[in-house]
Amino acid sequence: MNKFNITHLRELEAESIFVIREVAAQFENPVMLFSGGKDSIVMFYLARKAFWPAKVPFPLMHIDTGHNFQETLDFRDNLMQETGTNLIVKYVQDSIDQGKVAEETGPNASRNKAQTVTLLDGLEEGKFDCAMGGGRRDEEKARAKERFFSHRDEFGQWDPKNQRPELWNIFNGRKNIGEHFRVFPISNWTEMDIWQYILLENIPLPSLYFTHERYVVERDGTLLAKSPYIKLKDGEKWQKQIVRFRTIGDMTCTGAVNSKANTLEDIINEVASTRITERGGRADDKRSEAAMEDRKKEGYF
Amino acid sequence: MSEEKFSTKGYLDMELLRFTTAGSVDDGKSTLIGRLLYDSKAIFEDQLEAIEATSKKAGKDQVDLALLTDGLRAEREQGITIDVAYRYFATPKRKFIIADTPGHVQYTRNMVTGASTANLAIILVDARHGVIEQTIRHAFIASLLQIPHIVICVNKMDLVDYSEEVFENIKKQFMNFSAKLDLPDVRFVPISALKGDNVVNESKNMSWYQGTTLMYILENIYISSDVNLIDTRFPVQYVIRPQNKEFPDFRGFAGRLASGTLKVGDEIKVLPSGFTSTIKSIHLFKEELTKAYAPQSITITLNDEIDISRGDMIVRTNNTPKISQDIDIMICWLGNEPMQLNGKYALKHTSNDVRCLIKEIVYKVDINTLERTNDKSFKMNDIGRIKIRTTKPLFFDSYRKNRITGSVILIDEATNNTVCAGMII
Repeated sequence: MNKFNITHLRELEAESIFVIREVAAQFENPVMLFSGGKDSIVMFYLARKAFWPAKVPFPLMHIDTGHNFQETLDFRDNLMQETGTNLIVKYVQDSIDQGKVAEETGPNASRNKAQTVTLLDGLEEGKFDCAMGGGRRDEEKARAKERFFSHRDEFGQWDPKNQRPELWNIFNGRKNIGEHFRVFPISNWTEMDIWQYILLENIPLPSLYFTHERYVVERDGTLLAKSPYIKLKDGEKWQKQIVRFRTIGDMTCTGAVNSKANTLEDIINEVASTRITERGGRADDKRSEAAMEDRKKEGYF
Repeated sequence: MSEEKFSTKGYLDMELLRFTTAGSVDDGKSTLIGRLLYDSKAIFEDQLEAIEATSKKAGKDQVDLALLTDGLRAEREQGITIDVAYRYFATPKRKFIIADTPGHVQYTRNMVTGASTANLAIILVDARHGVIEQTIRHAFIASLLQIPHIVICVNKMDLVDYSEEVFENIKKQFMNFSAKLDLPDVRFVPISALKGDNVVNESKNMSWYQGTTLMYILENIYISSDVNLIDTRFPVQYVIRPQNKEFPDFRGFAGRLASGTLKVGDEIKVLPSGFTSTIKSIHLFKEELTKAYAPQSITITLNDEIDISRGDMIVRTNNTPKISQDIDIMICWLGNEPMQLNGKYALKHTSNDVRCLIKEIVYKVDINTLERTNDKSFKMNDIGRIKIRTTKPLFFDSYRKNRITGSVILIDEATNNTVCAGMII
């Protein structure tokens, strides 16, 4: 490689930093969604890079389903404290208590859909005109068509047939009052890119991503972690297994995988040889072929 | 993703190639992308299972690779691609981003969008039909958007008995009309996306073909010279003033180098003020760099206190862009509503926001014949040349020299929609 060649990770980094700065410049009151998962950890890290030595000029928001792993919450709180970042937490439980959304029932009950209500309320309450999310286009078919700057109407809805064309690196964030934008700074990253970048930059992660022993139950090909939120069906039982998580989300629908990967290098080798997509471990996407598309139209991230 | 194990080091050294694909409805574009992903082992088991099930349900006897790239429900129902979709895969040599754009007549705007960031375009030609109107249109757009490399894939060779004569004729047909276009690097590959000939693996059916496979081109084509490293242009995107105890006087100018290089000590000039200074430091997070080059995102500080804000541009004192309010542009109209002569639109150029007036329509191009026409109404998908006047001077280069400082978008102020892609002449 010649001396002016930029590697693909540095090119992705430069692109994401550009997008995040564009958000800070174009919107009056942006917010960055933070779930405590690796994608949002990388996105937040890129935001810190974008504005250093100043602090990140917008708050972070976490939509807490109430079904989070304690490790994720501890990690989140430490990171916010270390970086002096303003974090807003919105609870799905509050939306349920206020009767805005009904809790799903049954053995596969999940709050994944309910969190859209909490999210939209949180955005409205804070009068945020732009919310950045860590969605990646390689995750799922409906995400492959997302723009970096995704316009939402006053109901927070996405209209996939009526998206603004996005050319070169010129981003059009103009909107009417009451409308807002979703922006996806790491759109072009793949799962592999994320892991390689974490290794390259030595970014700390919650311990859930690395191998550990845990009680799990196998359901529809997914290993679900033992928690008060999962009710065993007939014939199911908790089993102690050596696992790690490829994604970290709500405990009711985030599956673990059997793995002994203990270092970032181990994980990268595992990702390189694995034959299942990371969302393949998520029960919420298996509900129907267009599950993600339907949730996104309603305002899901 | 390949079966070979990625060495961590190797992966950290990879380059990124962005390419776009164009073809008409039945040219087999989705099948080609499916084939690239499938033969380079970038398909996951759960994805494969899903498309196997769908293929079976649709009564097909072999796996329909095209299903891999069909995104939204409406498309699956209608069996067509309706928007730009982005796909990702990597081989041990490179990482690839595909902007998958549909080939319908009414979707010129999608190809323009996909082409705007591409290093390379694959244009599909059906071996049975040869060069058709849509091929001409795709090549014209590739030339208009200045995609540095073009690969013409003559597909469905299996349906013409892998005939060398058919391939050579199509090559000749293409060269005949493309002489009128500005295409610096064109290659031809005979393929069968359905059977896998010359896509990732060499064909056993075309021994007469001496060239390389499509994948070999994608992995090896030289792209470093696609970035303009000569004309230094640094549009200021954001001003960073921490005003904290550790950095009380830090005043950094953040942005992405559009082209060229910058190093500490360089003499620079700020536009539009014209003030000059020298570079004191270059930052990327906690790291201090001695030099930076396009397309890096950096923050710089200067040795003099100059008033600089978003929309300004930092350049070298001896190499400056053009500065004008009267600008000639080639455009592709993207909006639902036709262009209004003497109409006013918002205009975005680098980090600058201005307004502009459509002063004159010079000509429109018939994109099927490439002739200039007298019809001067611009509707969606129309391409041509216009003159505009902006409310403030822009600092720009010709699009041919610089894809970033040479491009603009126009926005309808009533709807806020992006209605026009413009390339400065």
